[in-house]
Amino acid sequence: MFVLVEMVDTVRIPPSDFERQLNDAIAEELNKKLANKVVYNVGLCICLYDITKLEDSYIFPGDGASHTKVHFRFVVFHPFLEEVLVGKIKYCSQEGVHVTMGFFDDILIPPESLQQPTKFDEAEQVWVWEYETDEGAHDLYMDQGEEIRFRVADEVFVDTSPTGPAVATPDAPAQPGQSTAPPAEESGDKKEAPYTLIGTICEPGLGLLSWWSS
Amino acid sequence: MFKTSTFIQKSFKHEIISTISCLCLHRKKANAAMLSNYEVFKLLTDLKEQRRDAGKSKHSVRQQNLNTIMYETLKYLSKTPCSRQSPEIIKEFLTTMKHHKLTKAEKLQLLNHRPQTAVEIQLMVEESEERLLEEQIEELIQNVADLLPGDPEQENKAAADARMDEGGEQS
Repeated sequence: MFVLVEMVDTVRIPPSDFERQLNDAIAEELNKKLANKVVYNVGLCICLYDITKLEDSYIFPGDGASHTKVHFRFVVFHPFLEEVLVGKIKYCSQEGVHVTMGFFDDILIPPESLQQPTKFDEAEQVWVWEYETDEGAHDLYMDQGEEIRFRVADEVFVDTSPTGPAVATPDAPAQPGQSTAPPAEESGDKKEAPYTLIGTICEPGLGLLSWWSS
Repeated sequence: MFKTSTFIQKSFKHEIISTISCLCLHRKKANAAMLSNYEVFKLLTDLKEQRRDAGKSKHSVRQQNLNTIMYETLKYLSKTPCSRQSPEIIKEFLTTMKHHKLTKAEKLQLLNHRPQTAVEIQLMVEESEERLLEEQIEELIQNVADLLPGDPEQENKAAADARMDEGGEQS
């Protein structure tokens, strides 16, 4: 689920923080910059693991702050493909089942990856698995708040950095249910999640935990 | 302790400031290491203690993102088996798992999820029907149940249910 990523960056320490230990000031700046943010093609950054190397600090003319090149390792949420994860159902829609893990919200299980046969109940806005046994069909509802075990089928990284005034993006409807932990995205009209996981529950053992507990 | 700052000589052009100050964050190594849930749980718990001891109030305003992600991640992890693990338990678990010949990713999933049924094991171990016999899967389930501590609430409930069944049979 979590990986360690080695990164390099230049950290700016303002003069007001010069009294502090350099390591502490740098750790705070790195956490402030990266914690709870998605880095393109890397994942959701959680927190700093350690600092491996500090290069010399420079002060440039015109700016009183010191700039230090830092080599460090960061804890990143980046599940590997085919990994099994457990989350909670946030809500169901025509697009599929939206799952959340609390700290990470953008997980979608598309209709074709649900246990078959499944139908969407418009009235209650839930997906229902019509489980066939010898006694007849049982309707298993995928209710909100239920714990669900799924496998990571795919991941999608979208570069949400600002594109500039020349590109006129049409007013697209904002995606419902924004993450409680907002990643670094522009406050534009089109709010696309920078990192989305596509899941599947089309296997024995996957789906609601209550379906498989004896 | 850091060395005395070096002042760039006046001959450098003014543009240098903007080029160097701008984002030069880059990744050196994509997957330096995989972390178990326990390691992340321990790291965040220690960090929380550290920040609480430091006690500075300005932390909360400046570090809102860090607070949010720490709170949510700890909330999630505290409900998983990793919250009941320790380095000794993990070491013993990995030593016992050696002879099963599982990949690193498979052992990691067993450690993070603590599967209790054969179905769950088959999910986490690739091609388990070909690689493991039924007795080996049973042994795996037994090892996991013995070495990794389970949820005390769940176990008490299961024990209470078992006692109720026995009581029913006796009467």
